[in-house]
Amino acid sequence: MLGIEDKGVVAAYLLCIFSAGLCVIYGLLNWNRGDE
Amino acid sequence: MLAQSVGLLDIIVVLAYLLLVMYLGVVGYLRTKSATDYLIAGRQTHPFVMAMSYGATFISTSAIVGFGGVAGLFGMSVLWLTVSNIFVGIFIAFVFLAPRARRMGHHLDAHTFPELLARRYESRFIQIFAGAIIFLFIPLYAAAVLIGGSVFVAASFGISYETALLVFSVIIAAYVVVGGLKGVMYSDALQGSIMFVGMFALLIFCYVKLGGITEAHEKLTALAPLVPGKLQAIGHRGWTAMPAFGWGDVKYNLWWMVISTITLGVGIGVLAQPQLVVRFMTVRSKRELNRATLIGGVFIIVMTGVAFTVGALSNAYFADHGAELSGRVVKTLDENKGLAVLQIMKPDEQGVWRDVPEKTAPVKLSGNGGSQPGADGQTVAIQKGRSISIVYAGGSADEVIPAYITSAMPKWFGLLFLLTLLSAAMSTLSSQFHTVGTSIGRDVYEQVTGQHGSSANITRVGIIIGIVYAVVISFYARQSTFIARATAVFFGLCASAFLPAFLGGLYWKRMTRAGAIWSMFVGFLVTTLWLVFIKDKEASTIGLCSKLFGKTSLLLDKPNWSEVDPLIIALPISILVAVIVSLITPPPSREHIKKCFE
Repeated sequence: MLGIEDKGVVAAYLLCIFSAGLCVIYGLLNWNRGDE
Repeated sequence: MLAQSVGLLDIIVVLAYLLLVMYLGVVGYLRTKSATDYLIAGRQTHPFVMAMSYGATFISTSAIVGFGGVAGLFGMSVLWLTVSNIFVGIFIAFVFLAPRARRMGHHLDAHTFPELLARRYESRFIQIFAGAIIFLFIPLYAAAVLIGGSVFVAASFGISYETALLVFSVIIAAYVVVGGLKGVMYSDALQGSIMFVGMFALLIFCYVKLGGITEAHEKLTALAPLVPGKLQAIGHRGWTAMPAFGWGDVKYNLWWMVISTITLGVGIGVLAQPQLVVRFMTVRSKRELNRATLIGGVFIIVMTGVAFTVGALSNAYFADHGAELSGRVVKTLDENKGLAVLQIMKPDEQGVWRDVPEKTAPVKLSGNGGSQPGADGQTVAIQKGRSISIVYAGGSADEVIPAYITSAMPKWFGLLFLLTLLSAAMSTLSSQFHTVGTSIGRDVYEQVTGQHGSSANITRVGIIIGIVYAVVISFYARQSTFIARATAVFFGLCASAFLPAFLGGLYWKRMTRAGAIWSMFVGFLVTTLWLVFIKDKEASTIGLCSKLFGKTSLLLDKPNWSEVDPLIIALPISILVAVIVSLITPPPSREHIKKCFE
């Protein structure tokens, strides 16, 4: 994928993007929640 | 290294930046009206300021220069640390730990991480013990950051390392002592913003220089045969491949180094960092933490993701654009790709080409230097080629990123990167010094003497003591590998000593004072023993194992063991002790648990 063949490194790349995406989605979904 | 590139404009910009930081320190001072303001920023911090402060404190020169250089050496396998930085250091921390830490911190009116643990477990001993560990070991981590920043400042401005160290320390001390945590967090937000712009620009430039994302990765993959023999022997299989995985042979050492020390040691250690946990207690409600999660996730991927990717890709840049090396081919690595090992040669005053002693380099051949007169009347076929980043960094991993910036980036970017590194170092150091100060003032002095009510002033004295301590370490510990190792040691120690007590305190109502104390003590003890007697690099530096047993590690003859991070051993033992001791000791009173959780 994108010039990288090693599955371990591809997994690291994808998990970096997935984890950052998870943070963004969580932040957006809960943007106005928890005001206590 | 960058001395020639710093001109009058650069000095003016750096001075303007320092004045802005000092101004934010003064703003922090003017908005500080109580000890709560000075110690935890009044619990009213804006989510952007909190997230950027957490991120900028988390990411220091260790991450950008230290671990970026490690990626230049070991390749993209280091990206697993970025995965743990984001998933564990941001998502798990902000979603599962921060809300409870903030809520419990408010309920118990805790102002520091040791105070939070102490009040959860109703134990003055825990506060003093944790405060003492922080006071003794944070300066070691601070020294690592201070060394990285001072070396860079000294090289950039052409001043001595000692002068850079003192100037750097005095500037940081000034705004931390004056501004308290408010001043620290305001300046962190500015510094984090500069770091974000600098690193994002670095990523764009890096891929553009190499012809795009896929092409850059393909170029790097093709360089796998150039991996130096010493690294191949411990499992290095190229800069876009994971190291060889297994157990019981030295060829698996690199995998254990990358995964156990770098990915787990640093990645899990972040959860129990006192200077980071205290930031959870600075916000008003869970809503601020939810918003900070978004900002933190994006910030960290642009910080460590870029540093490690660029570090690895610097090899492809130097193999295409580095200064040409000349010499004779002593070994062909891949004829089709034109990869070989050169014995570096130089002509003497008579024009006779001679070997540079003990200097060979793996190269991508770039041209033919023709037949030249060699020693003892023979002719020698000279080849030209470009090598990998560690060769251009003079063999020091800490020089890979600065060498790449100097060689690959336009001059104006050198200034932006200088500000980025200054920001990375100062934002981490200011928080470390503030934490050292609170550990001495609030956690040790007040608890030992029983004199309450002067936290801020004693903290100020503590900050100065901590800075002097870190500066002294920085004078005496300046090996190039010190930066990444000291960082990993501190992160691992925090996880083993504090994480079971911290997690148990937040999530397990049955966790007892005895369970917390014993887990902290055992975690600290096992980590220390592993570092002194087993982990080869640290044990050989400390030297006690050599004196007592005549070898640098007790498990030196057992492959892989001496590369295993103490966290892998100490954290499970510490968790086990916390659970067993808690189950065999009386539970905390219902009234107290209600105070903590409800």
